Amino acid sequence: MVAEGAVWGIIALPLAAGALAAAALLPALRPLARASGYVAILGVGGAFALSLLVLDAALGADGAIGFPVRSWLTVGDPTSAGGFEMTVGLLLDPLSAVMVALVSGVSMLVMLFSLGYMRKAVDGEGGAWADYPRYFAYMSWFTAAMLGLVLALNLIQLFVFWELVGLFSYLLIGFWYHRPAAAAAAKKAFIITRIGDFGFMLALLYLYLHRAEFLALGENPFEIPAILAAAPLLPVSVAMWVSLGILAGAMGKSAQFPLNTWLPDAMEGPTPVSSLIHAATMVAAGVFLVARMFPLFAESTVALNAVAIVGGTTAVLAAAMGVVANDIKRVLAFSTVSQLGYMFLALGVGAWPVAIFHLLTHAFFKCLLFLSAGSVHHSVHTFDMRYMGGLRAWMPVTYVLTLIGALSLMGIAPLAGFWSKDEVLAAAWSADGAGSVVVSRLVFVLGMAAVFMTAFYVSRLVLMTFHGEFRGGIDAVPDEERIPDEAHLVGHVHRAESPLVMTLPMAVLAVLAIIAGVALNALTPLGPLPVHGLTHFLGGATRAFDPVIAGASTLLALTGIGLALGMHRRGSLALTDLPQPWSVVHRFLARRLYMDHLYETLIVRRVLYRGLFLATDWADRRLVDGTVDVVGWVGRNGGRAVAQLQTGQVQVYGVAVFMGVIVMLVLFMFQR
Amino acid sequence: MGLTLRDLMLVSPELALVVLALAIVLLDLVLERKRFVLAVGVAGLGVPLAAALGLWAVVADGGAEMAFHGALIVDTFALYFKLLIVGILGLLLLASADHIERFRPHQAEFVALVLLSAAGLMLLAGAADLIAVFVSLELASLPVVALVAFGKNDRSIEAGIKYLVLSGVSAAVLLYGFAFLYGATGTVRLVALDPALPTIATMLPAVADGRPFGSTAVLVGVVLATAGFGFKLSMVPFQMWTPDVYEGAPTPVAAFLATASKAAAFAIVLRLFYTALGGASAEWSIMFAVLAAVTMSVGNVVAIAQSNVKRLLGYSAIAQAGYMLIGVAAVAGGGGDPLGVQSVLFYLGGYAAMNLAAFFAVIAITNVTGDDRIEALAGMGRRSPLLALILAFALISLIGIPPTVGFMGKLFLFNAAVSADLAWLAVFGVVNSVVSAYYYMGIVRTMYMREPPELDGPGEPGRIGAPVAAWLAMGVATAGVAVLGVWPAWLLDVAGSAAGALVP
Repeated sequence: MVAEGAVWGIIALPLAAGALAAAALLPALRPLARASGYVAILGVGGAFALSLLVLDAALGADGAIGFPVRSWLTVGDPTSAGGFEMTVGLLLDPLSAVMVALVSGVSMLVMLFSLGYMRKAVDGEGGAWADYPRYFAYMSWFTAAMLGLVLALNLIQLFVFWELVGLFSYLLIGFWYHRPAAAAAAKKAFIITRIGDFGFMLALLYLYLHRAEFLALGENPFEIPAILAAAPLLPVSVAMWVSLGILAGAMGKSAQFPLNTWLPDAMEGPTPVSSLIHAATMVAAGVFLVARMFPLFAESTVALNAVAIVGGTTAVLAAAMGVVANDIKRVLAFSTVSQLGYMFLALGVGAWPVAIFHLLTHAFFKCLLFLSAGSVHHSVHTFDMRYMGGLRAWMPVTYVLTLIGALSLMGIAPLAGFWSKDEVLAAAWSADGAGSVVVSRLVFVLGMAAVFMTAFYVSRLVLMTFHGEFRGGIDAVPDEERIPDEAHLVGHVHRAESPLVMTLPMAVLAVLAIIAGVALNALTPLGPLPVHGLTHFLGGATRAFDPVIAGASTLLALTGIGLALGMHRRGSLALTDLPQPWSVVHRFLARRLYMDHLYETLIVRRVLYRGLFLATDWADRRLVDGTVDVVGWVGRNGGRAVAQLQTGQVQVYGVAVFMGVIVMLVLFMFQR
Repeated sequence: MGLTLRDLMLVSPELALVVLALAIVLLDLVLERKRFVLAVGVAGLGVPLAAALGLWAVVADGGAEMAFHGALIVDTFALYFKLLIVGILGLLLLASADHIERFRPHQAEFVALVLLSAAGLMLLAGAADLIAVFVSLELASLPVVALVAFGKNDRSIEAGIKYLVLSGVSAAVLLYGFAFLYGATGTVRLVALDPALPTIATMLPAVADGRPFGSTAVLVGVVLATAGFGFKLSMVPFQMWTPDVYEGAPTPVAAFLATASKAAAFAIVLRLFYTALGGASAEWSIMFAVLAAVTMSVGNVVAIAQSNVKRLLGYSAIAQAGYMLIGVAAVAGGGGDPLGVQSVLFYLGGYAAMNLAAFFAVIAITNVTGDDRIEALAGMGRRSPLLALILAFALISLIGIPPTVGFMGKLFLFNAAVSADLAWLAVFGVVNSVVSAYYYMGIVRTMYMREPPELDGPGEPGRIGAPVAAWLAMGVATAGVAVLGVWPAWLLDVAGSAAGALVP
């Protein structure tokens, strides 16, 4: 057993640490700015330690550990349809236990890395640590919000933390708010995820309107265990609409097609932030939410099919966009979207523990790859792979670690990514979930196609960055492509390995990226390791290892690597001069399917602005001008009224009183 | 059957206020430092506060006590308002520390008049018959006339005269209405602990032959009484004095009118209609629903065109009264909880916090700038970041955006309306909230997006500060807005037990 206070502490520690870190923003405490980083790490580290305790307790317990449900707000009689009761509490089951350990652990490593990364390379105003308090406060609160989301018992409670995650991601992506691209990216992330959240809110509203059905079962309509328990007894339409609304929210947060456009732009934030967002927090929230509500989804074939198709489509489209990107962080961002697609695919074919398994392994290798990108940037001060090359000469540690992450992401045995990806594909092929068989097989094909593309773009990333000749780093970037902020870094390229504080967290993640797959969820008996340990723990069905699918996907991955190597040897990996049909595809993908164009130019500018323009024009002519006329009239006649002040106006007011009385009487008399 | 000690104990909060007011006037004669007078005033509020809390403990379990032969009732409903009024008084006196310096040498009289008017309001909340209602209403109104005119400039005196004349008119209308009610029922008693005693509720003619309220006399009485109270509530069409008086009166007096005076008026309206006229609720529920809709619409629409921040707060007070009338109209159907009353009580508490925060920020700003046009707030975000933040937060709460008490309060009001089958009224309220965002956010925009005005004199427009006492008052009010916005359960529970005393 574990004390309730310890579980609340997981949320409270980073929250308090963030407040302490923010205190260094006060002018008097400025000199302590450096300490704010350590305070924040201490807070998150404490949360991680508590998470391990909680995980241990959850491993010992069978199923969920019950905690008292607290009433936060009661209006009227909560057992009748007129009133409602809002409860708060903790939901600690295997799923949330695994998630809190992952979130706090990855967050701690990322913050350690940030100690080195957020120290200003060139001393600016306020010393090298001027960014520390704001950065570490946001990071702590971001982590706290995510931990609160994972542990929430009540859907409204979850929604509050969900929105807090959105708020802090906005602040972190726009951390360098003086840079227009960062401000725009933050806004975009906020708005696009808000579109999905609207669906989530509709789902909550729908639940509220159907609360009578829950009350009839004696359940609170917003408590997650109550919803899941009631799911099989609800009409299918209720399960479907609520699931689809929740899916909309999850698609926004997890950047699923067509709400995927914000994630690649979100790399405008500091690189460790991207690493945290991509690996363990924000984007994982969507997958977590669907997994959390899975029994509800399972009641509706339509909802499950929607999840699977969204996931499969996203996996392929995002991978294709990753092939043509030149910015190392953008490649990784597209890769994240694509891998999240895999997770949704797994959820959609009914294998939610597998989705969480892939979420875990992905968190390790993707976080590692982002930190690698940060480490590379620390040396060459640019993220554009066209100006890198040959970095393995002076960054051997970063190179090896990146290679481990890359192979894991490609799904090469026996690294972590292989096991989880393979199980996703096996689940799709077997089609034994509640979704339809045709959809399962279809998304299986999409998943296999994405394997090939993933192998290609990851190989391309490694080859363009670390192999070949060095192409100059920031110094070679043309002025018009350079971010204005980085101008002062020109000439500061230093051919050296990153400091230990940066490579150490990477090494830890690399070890995890190697062993996590086998250690957590070995598919075949391997020595003392538990077979299907994680999926068993989470409570899912187990599936036998399928050597045919594993072999086929490995073959596809090797083909992708081979193609990249061949193009590297011919020097055409930058994809600049492609033959006719391919160049069209390239442009189409490089413009990201024109989705931004569609959203911004067509929908926002044409429809929204134009509509707004017409509406405001009308309002201006009819309402404002009319009001102005009235005000002018009042103003003109006001003078006369003021002259008659003592007698005129008060009499008018008195008359109004009597007119009011008479009107009320008359209305009463004639109301029937 | 004379005056007993028990009677005095039961009115001890009001009694303490009156004694405090007299003591302040006397102290003023002997004390040199006038600031000390204010300190005594604030500290002395501890006595009525303690008295009211003590009485709460006596009647907390839903009981009630009657004083002065049934003229006054002490129950949790009345005490809820007494505590609210004492709280408002304390914050108000703290926040006006600087402002009343301009009334030199009459600061003590100002404080004493506020306290006396508050005593009247507290009696009004506990009035148990029509005579007591009228007497306490007059006790509350007359000091306000002097207070409104306290600015001693043309605008202030004009406002004072308007208030005097119109409160006289409304008092006459009210009394006329009471006369009809008395004539029709033969009693002035609103509540009685002894079921054998006749009350208006028991003597009310049965609603028979389809006539509203069963008899024309009762109907006329109800309409006239509604008009009389409508003046205090700033209810359309009896609201016309509100913007003029708010603009002309000293700002603390406007804040007092908007919070304490309005709260007590709601107390007596709820008491009269829910207990004495509870049997005819179907009749007056629809009347208040229409009045609520009209009141909030008029307040919000006219507020848009305002350029003076005090005048705008006046129209805002009208609109907010409209929201609260939703709760009055929301009589629970089929044996439910008194959600309507509970939500009005909760909203009054929250409204006091957010409205006072807004008024206090305006007081602090105008004390320095001496200019109450909205334009003069331009650049306040830079001139005084904290004051601008407090005002912006209060205005966001007045719109009803989470995480503020304004949001929670409206949520409960609209929820009560929906459960009383008045969903259309809730929709009306939501639409009105959206309209109100236009002018409230207009102030926020002016403070943050516009450049500070050019000053005629040398130098830049300086930073604006406030005395410690005012910061304290603003801090408490703002904390109330935030805390009640996140954790409304406790006040809701208190409001629930108060509402339970009114509607068993």
